[in-house]
Amino acid sequence: MTARMEQRFADVAAEGRPVLVTYFMGGDPDFDTSLAIMKALPKAGADVIELGVPFSDPMADGPAIQLAGQRALRGGQTLAKTFEIARRFRAEDQRTPIVLMGYYNPIYIYGVERFLDDALDAGVDGLIVVDLPPEMDDELCIPALKKDINFVRLATPTTDDRRLPKVLENTSGFVYYVSMNGITGSALPDPAPIAGAVARIKSHTKLPVCVGFGVKTADHARVIGASADGVVVGTAIVNQIASSLTEEGRATEATVPGVEALVRGLSAGVRAARAAAAE
Amino acid sequence: MNQPPKPNSFRAGPDEDGRFGIFGGRFVAETLMPLILDLEDEWKKAKSDPSFQAELEKLGAHYIGRPSPLYFAERLTAELGGAKIYFKREELNHTGSHKINNCIGQILLAKRMGKTRIIAETGAGQHGVASATVAARFGLPCVVYMGATDVERQAPNVFRMKLLGAEVKPVTAGNGTLKDAMNEALRDWVTNVDSTYYLIGTAAGPHPYPEMVRDFQSVIGQEAREQILEAEGRLPDLIVAAVGGGSNAIGIFHPFLDDDGVKMVGVEAGGKGLDGDEHCASITAGSPGVLHGNRTYLLQDGDGQIKEGHSISAGLDYPGIGPEHSWLNDVGRVEYVPIMDHEALEAFQTLTRFEGIIPALEPSHALAEVIKRAPKMRKDEIILMNLSGRGDKDIFTVGKILGMGQ
Repeated sequence: MTARMEQRFADVAAEGRPVLVTYFMGGDPDFDTSLAIMKALPKAGADVIELGVPFSDPMADGPAIQLAGQRALRGGQTLAKTFEIARRFRAEDQRTPIVLMGYYNPIYIYGVERFLDDALDAGVDGLIVVDLPPEMDDELCIPALKKDINFVRLATPTTDDRRLPKVLENTSGFVYYVSMNGITGSALPDPAPIAGAVARIKSHTKLPVCVGFGVKTADHARVIGASADGVVVGTAIVNQIASSLTEEGRATEATVPGVEALVRGLSAGVRAARAAAAE
Repeated sequence: MNQPPKPNSFRAGPDEDGRFGIFGGRFVAETLMPLILDLEDEWKKAKSDPSFQAELEKLGAHYIGRPSPLYFAERLTAELGGAKIYFKREELNHTGSHKINNCIGQILLAKRMGKTRIIAETGAGQHGVASATVAARFGLPCVVYMGATDVERQAPNVFRMKLLGAEVKPVTAGNGTLKDAMNEALRDWVTNVDSTYYLIGTAAGPHPYPEMVRDFQSVIGQEAREQILEAEGRLPDLIVAAVGGGSNAIGIFHPFLDDDGVKMVGVEAGGKGLDGDEHCASITAGSPGVLHGNRTYLLQDGDGQIKEGHSISAGLDYPGIGPEHSWLNDVGRVEYVPIMDHEALEAFQTLTRFEGIIPALEPSHALAEVIKRAPKMRKDEIILMNLSGRGDKDIFTVGKILGMGQ
C-alpha cells in the first residue's frame, strides 16, 4: 500500500476513531469550484478523499451521482482535468490520500500505462473502478499494484465466503464494503448486519474495512463507525452541492461552505462513534 | 490495428473468461459477479440436460411456431435481376420477431434458478414484447425499461407489453434510447439481485450473455442451413442481416461461420450519414471500449464518454454491438457496412410492394444492402437474408415520414 494511505489509517486508528472517507465528483459543477471543494474537505475533517471521475453511463450510480457526472461533463471535465485537480490539491496537502473513483472506459481509452503514470504524477494513491471485478484484474489492478498504486475493491452483501478470498486477493489500501445491493444514494440499511459483515471481512484480511452506501448524516456515521474502520459518504455530499447551485447548475457562494458544514458534522459523527460504542 | 491470426474455427469462442479475442469479458460491479457466475453454471448444466433441450424444442414448435419458413422472394429476385434472394421468415414467429427464441430459452433458465421476477431492456419494443410474453406464459412479474424517446416512437409495442401485464418504465436519462434503458435495467438488477433475472435481449453484456443469446438464436441459422440445402442443394453465397446489438445476425451467421464459400455481411444503422454523430455504426465508425459488461466496438469520444447514436430504427439505436461481431470483424470473417435511414425506408417500401411483406425497419437495413448487391451477382448465386421482424410496430413512424398521415 502506498505510504500515504497506510500512514493515514494508522494515524486515525491511533486516535481511536474510524476514518472519514468523502466522495465528490471532479468537475462538479465546474473545475474551480470542485478544486475549492477538494481543498475544503480535509479542513472540515475528511481523512481520505475519493475523487469521482465522470462517465456518461454510470451503471452503478443513483440519480444524484448521475446528475453530478452530467454537470461535470457539461462543464468540460475530462480525465486530464481530473488529474489536474488532484495535482493542485497535492501541491498544498501532501498527507491526505486521494482515491480516484469511476468506471473503466475513460481509463481504457486514456491508455492504462499513461493513466497510471499520470495518476502517480498527480499524487493519486488509489483507484476504485466499479466495473472491474477480480476476474478482470489483468486490465488495471495488476498494472496498478506494480506501480504501487492501491486498488481498492468493493465487497458487497452478495460477496459470500466462497468468493471473499478472491475479492480480497489483490485488494490494497482498504476494503470498501458496500452495505447493500444497489446503486449509490439508496437508503441506509439496518446497521446490525453491517457490523456482522465487517467482522466477517476482517476475519479474512488485515486491511481496514470502510463502509459506504446510505451514510448521509452524522448519526449514520456514528452508528456505522462503531464497527467499521472507516465510513464513506458520497451521495450526501453530492446532494449538498446540487442543492446549492443556481437553476442553471452554476456554483453559488453557498456551495463550498455548504459542503464544509456537512463534512464537519460527519466528522463529529465519526469522532463520537467509538465513544458511543463503548457506552 | 493488427489483424489477429486466422483461427482454426470461427465457432470456438468464447474462451472460459468469456472473451472473443480482446472482446467480451465480464466488466460488471462486484454485486453482480456471483450471480453471473451462477448463471454461467446453470447455463452449462442446462445445455447438457436433455429435458431442458426437449422443453426448448417443444415450446419452439408449438408456442413460437418453429421452424420458420425459408421463402424464395421470386418477384424481388426478378426485379433486381441478379442473385436468388431467400428470406428466413423470423418475422412470422409468435410476437413478430426473432427475439422470442432467446426469451423462451432464458425464462426456462430463470425458472431453473428459482428467480421470481423478470426485468428486460428494450429499444424497438420487440424484445420487451417477447419478454412480457414469456413472463405471462410462465407467470412471472416483468418490468421492462424503455427509453422515453422509444416509448413514443414504438407506441404499439408499449401497449402490447402493458396488455401482457408487464410494467413499462420509461427512462428519460440521456437521449432516452436503448443505451439508457440498459443502464437503468442494470441499476434495477444490482438492487434486486436476489429475486431478479435480467433477461438481456441481445448478444451483448457480460459473459455468459453473448454466448448464451447466440446459442438460443442459432436455431435460425441451423434451420436455414437445412432448408437451403433442401431447396437448392447447396449453401448460400452470401448471408445478410441487420446488426444493432447483433442477436439476429449472430443467430443466422454462427452455424455457417466455418463454411469457406459463404460470405457474410452485417448491416449497421448509418442513420443520417457517418460524417456527423447521427448514426449507430459502431464497427464502421467506432472504436473498442468497455460498456455494459463487455469490451466491444463503441461510439465514443476521445475521453471515453459514450455517444448517443441515432437511427430511424429504435432497435438499432445503440452505440455498441455484441462482442462476437467485433471479433468477427477484426479477424475478417464478416464484413460490416452501414445503411442510411433513407435507404432503409426505400427498402421497406420495396418489400411491401413487391412481396406483400411489411418488414420491420431493422431488417429493412439488411434488405437495402441486399438490393445493392443482388444485381451485381450472377443469377445462379444465392443470397440468404434474415427477415428478423415484421413492421406492424413501424407503420405509424413510416406513415408520418412518407406524409401518409394517420
